[in-house]
Amino acid sequence: MEILMAVIIGVLFTSAVYLMLSKSLLRIIIGTGLLSHGAHLLILTMGGLKKGSVPILGEHAKHYVDPIPQALILTAIVISFGVTSFFLVLAYRAYQELGTDNMDQMRGTEGND
Amino acid sequence: MINLLILPIIIPLFTAILLIFLTKYIVLQRWISGLSMIGTISASIILIQTVHTDGIQTLNLGSWPAPFGITLVSDMLSALLVATSSIIAFCCLIYSFRSIGEGREKFYYYSVFQFLLVGINGAFTTGDIFNLFVFFEVMLMSSYVLMVIGGTKIQLRESIKYILVNVISSALFVITVAYLYSVIGSLNMADISRKITEINQPGIVTVIAILFLIVFGLKGAIFPLYFWLPGSYYAPPAPIMALFGALLTKVGVYSILRTYTLFFYHDTGYTHQILMVLAILTILAGIIGAIAYEDIKKIIIYNIIIAVGIITFGISVMTEESLTGSVFYLIHDMLLKAAMFLLIGIIIAITGTSRLSNISGMIKRYPLLGWMFFLASLSLAGIPPFSGFVGKLLLVKSGFAAGHYIGAAVVLMSSLFVLYSVMKIFINGFWGVPKEFPNEGKVPVYMLLAPAGLLIAIGITYGIGAEFVHSYISQAAEVLKNPALYIDAVLKE
Repeated sequence: MEILMAVIIGVLFTSAVYLMLSKSLLRIIIGTGLLSHGAHLLILTMGGLKKGSVPILGEHAKHYVDPIPQALILTAIVISFGVTSFFLVLAYRAYQELGTDNMDQMRGTEGND
Repeated sequence: MINLLILPIIIPLFTAILLIFLTKYIVLQRWISGLSMIGTISASIILIQTVHTDGIQTLNLGSWPAPFGITLVSDMLSALLVATSSIIAFCCLIYSFRSIGEGREKFYYYSVFQFLLVGINGAFTTGDIFNLFVFFEVMLMSSYVLMVIGGTKIQLRESIKYILVNVISSALFVITVAYLYSVIGSLNMADISRKITEINQPGIVTVIAILFLIVFGLKGAIFPLYFWLPGSYYAPPAPIMALFGALLTKVGVYSILRTYTLFFYHDTGYTHQILMVLAILTILAGIIGAIAYEDIKKIIIYNIIIAVGIITFGISVMTEESLTGSVFYLIHDMLLKAAMFLLIGIIIAITGTSRLSNISGMIKRYPLLGWMFFLASLSLAGIPPFSGFVGKLLLVKSGFAAGHYIGAAVVLMSSLFVLYSVMKIFINGFWGVPKEFPNEGKVPVYMLLAPAGLLIAIGITYGIGAEFVHSYISQAAEVLKNPALYIDAVLKE
């Protein structure tokens, strides 16, 4: 199970990097979304994927799942949703204002000329 | 007062929430945010005194004992930094009253400002590595808003890049924390430190140390990772720029300082060597930028990078003297860099340009501004008896004593170049034939000079009263050098 998860995380990261290297702003945002999903899965996997009962130290539970990684990804997911939504709104506004979503045309020259 | 150390986080938080409902009433917003800031400053100063007399303060949230729950820890370093950043935020706030403009004030500027302070003070205070991430995010989220508020073209364009860089570094931060958790099995910083000592820092922990260096280096702008900073910090208006330049990068530097002295101090040969090389390269890169540009904003922005290099050099030497120097220089730089940004904000407001070639002869009409800029420049460059001198002296001395001659020489040299770069602004901008400035008379110069003057006055007192300050700073450095003090205070053993 851990190996499968590792492969999935790797695929997520590669797709994220591929998307973030493209010029279109929307693709970049989707890339950041995938990146944070990969990171969240990584936390879950790092906590250990034991098959067992609910994370309560009962008297008879031999295996229990570590609850901390779940708490951590819950926080991280909320944060990444917030950032992604902010990013989307910003991209829309920037598209309206600058008239482009191509990162090549957003290159700054202030202070250099 | 057992809850004292949470006050610098809670007061801005509640103020921020309150201000969301009051966006239409600008004057009321100003009063509330100013008063709450005074409250925050007083709480943080009381906190410094408490830490000074009673030792490290801890607070277990929800009364869960230390390694299990979330702990807030205030040692001398974090108390000092909380106080410094609150004071700087207060000055930037007063500065914004007269300069930020009604449009921004109506769109949650003061509220977001307070949230930024929550993030910064929280990051300095927390004793839990995941909570550090959360406070980083609070801080970053508010900094995104502050960077884009107003919505000019350059702001929109630069904040996209800023957000992208920070999203990637945040993902990396989460990944690093996950690795650390899988190896160590704990999130409490004191507990992590103790467990790393037990397993004697194997190779995997060194890998994690380097990952942390990348993460915090991105936020703190060390050598190869500072690329986003000159562009992003260029965009927002002066008080926001002052906040960012003085506080945001320093949070990254503080995190390097904390993790490298608390977690990864067993095998310093590899990690601290890399940190030292990067610190020296950071100073050099900053120098090149600072003397190359003809734009006053860019010159000061590159001065941030030099300062980050100098502070991280002190961390990499890892003797008690060098850590004292680092802490001393860190606080000095926060104060003076903020003052510098506020001053050049006034210059830009008067002249309407940041190109040095379009400015000259300002001292004829604004003598006070000129002399304050001169004082700040001298202090920034580390001319005795100003505050930059003491920190730099400690750093150079400890560098030579530990046999790191190149690094110490570069730190010494950097003063010269910092002096050159800021004097370039002074000579070209303030001397010469006075020009006609477009906004002359429209800018409330004296109102804007007051907060900058306050910061410079604090900075100079800090330098001249170095003897008095030193007892506090050395207490901070003592904890950094002996992590056992920190661990014992948190885990109550």
